[in-house]
Amino acid sequence: MDLRSVLDNSFSAAVGVDAVIYALAAIGLNLQFGYTGLLNFGQVGFAAVGAYGIAVSVTYFGWSLWVGLGVGLAASVVLALLLGLPTLRLRADYLAIVTIAASEIIRLVARSVTFNDYTGGSAGLSAYADSFYDLNPYSGARYSFGPVQLSGNDLWMVTVGWGVVLALTLMLWVLMRSPWGRVLKAIREDEDAVRSLGKNAYWYKMQSLIIGGMMGAVAGFAFAIAKTSVQPDNYSTDFTFFAYAALILGGAATTWGPVVGSIIFWFLLAFTDSLLRQLVSNDKLPEAIISGTQVGQVRFMLVGIGLVLLMVFRPQGIFGNKRELALDE
Amino acid sequence: MSDTTYDTAAGAARLAAELADVPSEPGAAKPDPILVSDRMVRRFGGLTAVEVDHLEVQRGSITALIGPNGAGKTTFFNCLTGFGDPDEGEWTFDGTRLTTAPAHKFPQAGMVRTFQLTKALSKLTVIENMKLAAPDQRGENFFRALVPGIWRRQEREVEERADQLLERFKMDHMRNEFAGTLSGGQRKLLEMARALMCEPRMIMLDEPMAGVNPALTQSLLEHIKEMRADGATVLFIEHDMDVVSSISDWVVVMAEGRIIAESPPEEVGQNQAVVDAYLGAHHDAPLTIEEEEAELEEADELLEEIEEAREEEQGR
Repeated sequence: MDLRSVLDNSFSAAVGVDAVIYALAAIGLNLQFGYTGLLNFGQVGFAAVGAYGIAVSVTYFGWSLWVGLGVGLAASVVLALLLGLPTLRLRADYLAIVTIAASEIIRLVARSVTFNDYTGGSAGLSAYADSFYDLNPYSGARYSFGPVQLSGNDLWMVTVGWGVVLALTLMLWVLMRSPWGRVLKAIREDEDAVRSLGKNAYWYKMQSLIIGGMMGAVAGFAFAIAKTSVQPDNYSTDFTFFAYAALILGGAATTWGPVVGSIIFWFLLAFTDSLLRQLVSNDKLPEAIISGTQVGQVRFMLVGIGLVLLMVFRPQGIFGNKRELALDE
Repeated sequence: MSDTTYDTAAGAARLAAELADVPSEPGAAKPDPILVSDRMVRRFGGLTAVEVDHLEVQRGSITALIGPNGAGKTTFFNCLTGFGDPDEGEWTFDGTRLTTAPAHKFPQAGMVRTFQLTKALSKLTVIENMKLAAPDQRGENFFRALVPGIWRRQEREVEERADQLLERFKMDHMRNEFAGTLSGGQRKLLEMARALMCEPRMIMLDEPMAGVNPALTQSLLEHIKEMRADGATVLFIEHDMDVVSSISDWVVVMAEGRIIAESPPEEVGQNQAVVDAYLGAHHDAPLTIEEEEAELEEADELLEEIEEAREEEQGR
């Protein structure tokens, strides 16, 4: 049994593109859910709009990838307005219902036959990310950083990706120390109190939804560019819930919670996956208990148990402040 | 304590003079009203909770809104502050028509309210609670928030003012505590201090003394008088008649959704409509000591009559 390769895989996943993508999505959720208290259960819808924004712009309209980024961001703003206008005046749960439904609608529309010409139906789109990889300064075929092995293209993607993660984290850090951030945190505590003090709570919630949604679109950019193809079924609801898991694991309403949460989440997923596979292939685990094909599902069960234990013993997440959590009574 | 000393007694005397010629009747016109409300109606399904024809609140006064439970005081109060969604009505505050304005416009116009169930923002510290309320903050704009240099100076000024207010309300030792850790009374103080951060010309207090111990009640009363001394107008809902008569310049009585009486506090007890409204609701809880005595006297007279009648009967 090769424990070394199990760890190598785990560390690669922890700094790899998946961790980047979910960190980006979770940063957006941190703004919406962690700081403002908005339940956006459709973050994947924003990611899909971002991903298709670049893919359709390049493959169908023949625009450049950079225009596509603008299209994706603009589309995410429009989506946030569409979802927020009718629901943000209502109780928090309405936004949750509407966002999760909208994200599914977006996926189903993208994979529908009707829009085949634009979105490529269930097969999706590819060959739009070349201009990104043309800028790749890493010409080597393979790069090693301790246990982590990356191809030149992956290294480029990961470099840019973590750079954006850092930039957005820093931006949120600045924002949350500003009067603007103070209003958002106050809305999370009591919207009526904020209104009674002369702040337009509705408009601040809208801003939070829009900016968090744009971060979701950026996660979609990373997803689409890293995989060099978009397939509609990659944008189903589990994307949103993985991002939530990462956020809560790291600690909602903390600066580094979503980033470290995503790193740990992907480390754990890869670790359980590799470990189980090693155990099965080396006959340490009998076929009667678990077969090689079941590993993919079982690892989610194990990670799920891990998250449950975390909620029991450290409900505030890794970076959260227990004293703050106790104030909920 | 701040070094400002307030001559609160002078404020009461000034208001008594200003309101001397105002007739004690519902909807009475005031010499210099800051808040004017007309035909306010709020229905819940078939129930008309509030139906107030006309109310004026004198500028710079402390006006109490009283009435038995279910009189519609809080509903009326919510309507006046933008939280009530009235079915009909027109009201202006200091010349600004607020009829269709959303709740957050009221503090911007100069009128701020507190809540009966305090709304301290638990996971913000006391000082953050205070700073939140300051009006016209540059850093509340998303793009300007990104550049701390733009708002840092104003933030320092806001913080200074917040610290002064906290000192005045004797809350400065709690400055960096989460508001969620405060006791009920401290939350009331924080909410009052926070309302003052809005630099209001009118402060609306929904049962500020409810559930507060007697010592703190006294200090809250002093703070309310200080607000008047600062030139602000105060309208507050209260149940305790002793509290009302000790600080208010004018009393408005509501029952069954309407204003049934208005008068200076010392006259309220003599108003028949008020007595009826209260005694109708609570036979066992008379309004004032004088009321109680009058009631006892009545009962005594009745007993005497019965006794006399009986004696007469026996004599026959």
